[in-house]
Amino acid sequence: MSKIPLIIKREYLTRVKKKSFLIMTILGPILMAALFIVPIYVAQLKGDVKTIGIIDETGLFLDVFKNTDNLLFIPIDEDLETAKQNIVKNDLYAILHIPGTELSVPETGVLYSDKQPNIVVKDHVQNVIRKKVEALKLDASGVDPEILNSIKTKINLLTIKINKGGEEESSSTELSMAVGFISGLIIYFFIFMYGAQVMRGVIEEKTNRIVEIIVSSVKPFQLMMGKIIGVAMVGLTQFALWVIFTVIIVSGFLSIFSADVTSYQSSQLKLAEGNIPQTEALKSGGANEAAIAIFESIQSINFIVIIGAFVFFFIGGYLLYGAFFAAIGSAVDSETDTQQFMLPLTAPLILSIVLAQFIMVNPDGPVAFWLSIFPLTSPVIMMIRIPFGVPYFDLFLSMSLLILGFLGATWLAAKIYRTGILMYGKKISYKELWKWIKY
Amino acid sequence: MAALFEAQEVTKQFSNHRALDRVSIEVPENSIFGLLGPNGAGKTTLIRIINQITAPDNGQLFFQSEKLQPKHIHQIGYLPEERGLYKKMEVGEQALYLAQLKGLSKSDAQKRLKFWFEKFEIQPWWNKKVEELSKGMQQKVQFIVTVIHEPELIIFDEPFSGFDPINVNLLKDEILAIKERGATIIFSTHNMASVEELCDQIVLIDNSKKILEGSVKAIKQEYKSHTFELAYTEAKKDIKTLLGDDFEIISNSANEESQLAKIKLLNGKDQNDLLSLILPFASIISFNEILPTMNDIFISKVKGNIKE
Repeated sequence: MSKIPLIIKREYLTRVKKKSFLIMTILGPILMAALFIVPIYVAQLKGDVKTIGIIDETGLFLDVFKNTDNLLFIPIDEDLETAKQNIVKNDLYAILHIPGTELSVPETGVLYSDKQPNIVVKDHVQNVIRKKVEALKLDASGVDPEILNSIKTKINLLTIKINKGGEEESSSTELSMAVGFISGLIIYFFIFMYGAQVMRGVIEEKTNRIVEIIVSSVKPFQLMMGKIIGVAMVGLTQFALWVIFTVIIVSGFLSIFSADVTSYQSSQLKLAEGNIPQTEALKSGGANEAAIAIFESIQSINFIVIIGAFVFFFIGGYLLYGAFFAAIGSAVDSETDTQQFMLPLTAPLILSIVLAQFIMVNPDGPVAFWLSIFPLTSPVIMMIRIPFGVPYFDLFLSMSLLILGFLGATWLAAKIYRTGILMYGKKISYKELWKWIKY
Repeated sequence: MAALFEAQEVTKQFSNHRALDRVSIEVPENSIFGLLGPNGAGKTTLIRIINQITAPDNGQLFFQSEKLQPKHIHQIGYLPEERGLYKKMEVGEQALYLAQLKGLSKSDAQKRLKFWFEKFEIQPWWNKKVEELSKGMQQKVQFIVTVIHEPELIIFDEPFSGFDPINVNLLKDEILAIKERGATIIFSTHNMASVEELCDQIVLIDNSKKILEGSVKAIKQEYKSHTFELAYTEAKKDIKTLLGDDFEIISNSANEESQLAKIKLLNGKDQNDLLSLILPFASIISFNEILPTMNDIFISKVKGNIKE
């Protein structure tokens, strides 16, 4: 009977029974859910209302400062010096002083505050003044503001992919980016977290000196594979639990707050549209069109391919790196000695994430192609490319190379591993590792 | 007696040194076989080769007259010198795991472990984590999982290190009982007293070569220095003048009641010659031969080997 299942079972159970696993399983979804929930929740909160006093010596601006949810503008009759002294007494957040000027159009203003005024307030004030000044200048040069407004147009560029059959599919670049990047990121973290667990497990066996007892009953290769697979199953379990819990928490939250959320969304929509005055008909038509486009592009992404590829690259990438992590663990005596080997191993992985943005901009370029073929970078890079549509040939090539890479890595790692686990108290150099491989 | 295990001309070369150089051993069935040698001599390498943890570069290995192969792993038990357990795992769970790795079924392993845990009185520790155990108790667990599958060949590498004298005795008794049961034991240690006590046969390895082998008794005979210890009283003559040039008196000391002399025979004389010379002039209390200890033989052989 093969002993690998026994080893897998032990690796799996000891880890799943740990308190840290339980804590991570609970905390993970809470953190993930918080990513969705907190922005919505924060948006629900009304910030405290800030009152800004205006001393307008030009008399041009008083009526353009409209009160908003968070900002209250009141004119002040006092002169600047007294107003500055009374800023606390009058419960003002800031005083806006627009000095009188010889020019027909004023161009400066000063915001006084007893603390650093926040950037939102500053931008708002600046915007209001700028718009008014622009209007004044247009007026002075005789341009009708109505003409200008009719020129301003919001462009909603639909990107439409034409597939081989000549059919059209609408696609959304943003959505593809998000799907690709998030799945790439998950793979990246998974490899790092669980790869390191494999490594720590090997070091533990080595420093505990249990390894010699075990390799007298099983082959080192069986022990290594058992550990890699066992840890992978722990990772998959945790990942599955996270997805389930996150969905439960988020959907639970949404069902409670759903009413508020829709009102929030619609107010957001109004806000967005409010900036650009358009005819009523155009507005509603544009919104609908955009919504349909997004919906269509969600459908256009081939989720079966994406999910299938995700599972494949998720597991394949982990197995490839897991073998290397196990080899590193076997070559050292303690975790502090792993640095010199960790850096070159993890460099391709880190590079993948660093280059993610570049790949998203140019998902079909040569860099993207080669990195999505090379096994050490393909798990992350290919996931970034896939939502943009990848030729099946590329996908097939990448997957085959990943399998070959995994087999090669395991073969290499097993050679290092079987020598390394029985080697104590020796600082291992690359030269030494090379000897083990050749041996 | 047939050999249970045999190694012929085994050579193992590591990148910068030769760990074993054409070493042959023959372990008779149902014996305790001492594998001796100074640190770094190559003992651990040989043991690892027997356990098929590493493969030799050259040489043949036989187990029960069959070529050594992976299926024999279940017939061999190994207690390494560098040994440990998973610290965070529970004792019973861990023992079960290790027993199953040795090819036992779960229920079988459970039954046998229960027996051994009761025997060593560590039953209450079944659900404790290993890190809560004392070192001696961990060693007991390791001993149990070494013998749990009732292997035909058991290899103990420094089994007594870390045990108090009471547990050393307990372990010795167990080792003898295992031999009684019919198993064969390879015993590697630096503790020469226990070698004399337990081993039937030994082999001494130094500098990756075998330098001595045979039964403990025969080796002691071979390396004896023909020295005798004589206790006597009422000497009518000084023994020095009495014995002359054919005998060397190594020491001669007196206490209140008697005198004690160490005498080495020279020029082919035997003990009867010695006694017949002394008998007329002194009353003899005791007379016996001083045999070299395994310790003496070990040290002189290894030192001699360095000189060569």
